[in-house]
Amino acid sequence: MLTGTEIDMGFSSHYSYWVTILLMVAGLYIVVARSNLIKKLVGLAIFQTSVYLLYIAPGKLIGGTAPIAAEKFSVYSNPLPHVLILTAIVVGVATLALGLALVVRIHESYGSIDEDDILEADQAGADEGTAAGRGERA
Amino acid sequence: MIVEHLPALQVVIPLLAAPVIVLLRGGRAGWLIATLVSWAALGIAVALLIQVQSAGVISYAIGNWPPPWGIEYRVDAINAFVLVLVSLIAAVVLPYARPSIAAEVPSDRHYLVYAMFVLCLCGLLGMAITGDAFNIFVFLEISSLSGYVLIALGSNRRALHAAFQYLIMGTIGATFYIIGVGLLYLMTGTLNLADMAARIADVGETRPVLAALAFITVGLSLKMALFPLHVWLPGAYSGAPTAVAAFMAGTATKVSLYVLMRFVFGIFGVRLDLSVLPLLDMLAVLSAAAMIVASLVAVFERDFRRLLAYSSVAQIGYITLGLSLANAEGMTASVVHLFNHAIAKTALFMLVGGILLRAGSDRLDVLAGLARRMPLTCAAVVVAGLSLIGVPGTAGFITKWHLVLGAVQDGHWWMVAAIAASSLLAAAYVWRFVEMAYLSPEATARAGDAYTEAPLAWLAPALLMVAASVYFGLDTSWSLGSAREAAAVLLGGLR
Repeated sequence: MLTGTEIDMGFSSHYSYWVTILLMVAGLYIVVARSNLIKKLVGLAIFQTSVYLLYIAPGKLIGGTAPIAAEKFSVYSNPLPHVLILTAIVVGVATLALGLALVVRIHESYGSIDEDDILEADQAGADEGTAAGRGERA
Repeated sequence: MIVEHLPALQVVIPLLAAPVIVLLRGGRAGWLIATLVSWAALGIAVALLIQVQSAGVISYAIGNWPPPWGIEYRVDAINAFVLVLVSLIAAVVLPYARPSIAAEVPSDRHYLVYAMFVLCLCGLLGMAITGDAFNIFVFLEISSLSGYVLIALGSNRRALHAAFQYLIMGTIGATFYIIGVGLLYLMTGTLNLADMAARIADVGETRPVLAALAFITVGLSLKMALFPLHVWLPGAYSGAPTAVAAFMAGTATKVSLYVLMRFVFGIFGVRLDLSVLPLLDMLAVLSAAAMIVASLVAVFERDFRRLLAYSSVAQIGYITLGLSLANAEGMTASVVHLFNHAIAKTALFMLVGGILLRAGSDRLDVLAGLARRMPLTCAAVVVAGLSLIGVPGTAGFITKWHLVLGAVQDGHWWMVAAIAASSLLAAAYVWRFVEMAYLSPEATARAGDAYTEAPLAWLAPALLMVAASVYFGLDTSWSLGSAREAAAVLLGGLR
């Protein structure tokens, strides 16, 4: 639990957290503000990357080593966050790959990767009814 | 011998079946394996539920690493109920999926549909059974990623954009969840849910813990489509192949709801006075908004599947409303509605599949006079619709009755008014179908076509679910009994 003196250590000791928050907010902003689907995915990737940092940074102790029992070492870093984030990176890569694959398919059928164009095309298609839209990708 | 490994088999069998289906590359073989796997999963889930109800909590150490360090699979009264629900829906939808996928997806992709289907099932079962916070994230992503693929396989190109939208929002939700878990891990040093519940006392109501609660709630709310975070849902459910929509409507949002219940009541509620953050009040207001606004949108929808999707958003409101009451009746209503809503909505999406096959569209104006062509389908839609409204004698009524009891018990009369208003709106959107199918003259464009009742293979699973939603409205001993036990487990952890 944080005590008063630790909190007073201020900006520099929480440097990694500030970077994390910056990445988090920047990534999320890109996802919301951009209508280009690729840029949305870039924002999403940045957003996810911030979480890797959130886990990894507190796991590291300055001067700590990998947790191998040997006489020379007494300070160990926590290895668990690394393992967790390896998993999260795999998930992130899979999400990005799937997202990009969807963008390719969207580009094939709409001829655009801009969300505004796609919504417009959907709106125009809606008047012709769903029956007309069915099977056009088959 | 094998009985003690049931918790692992619950997840491992579908997980292993997915690559096998891909390697065999046959649509028929894939369907057969997926169906057998889902039936096996249902058998295991029922066995686990019986075991839990007779012998108490089951704890299974994956890889024989003891709990706080290794990953623990922990089955208690609530997640055993969720496991049965998820595997039951899968076991009923898969027989229906064979003709429906054959009609809606090009044949060279059939085996991929079934591979993704079992993977999605694996993820949902894993989320429910695991007792490890990070493991929930991994399974959440397994079910989500396979879910995005399944939705993108829809025959209309809109399915692609719906899947992309769901991918963006789902990933933001999952990432919010994992941020929350990270903060909890920083504060407690553990990822095991039971261990976390014990250790959270030491860190009390510090800011990271409160931030974690906020992140996890918002993240899971995105995944379970709590109003106003539901925008991905209507597109996804109306774009996906109907078998997929039927499966996801019954399961995907429900499992995220379960995880939220687990975190709010199983971990935060244990030591944290829930009134520090106005979490439950906010949930109550959002639930009421979902019940009324989403139902209102459903009344004005033009496509039947979108109408049903908005109705799902409203019905999720009932579940979170019960949760926000945090008393025995409300919680029982929440848990039992996971089940009651799942069977009704799965039935409806399966019936829409038959309508799409015969009428070629689910636009309500095209469905005019449908009851003369497809009397059985229309009657089934109406009965399942009655359960959505909550008419006595259907499963939906049981939920609403207990929800009202819970609200009255705590003196929340405005909630009773909201439930009544939402039920009236539900009656209005179900009536729109009745009006079109029964009372309108047949659409002239369709009058010449010879289309009749959907084939039996499409109807039988749907009728089974419709029958279930009537049965569980009359005989509630199993559904309500299990829900009561689950509610007691959830509330037992509260301070």
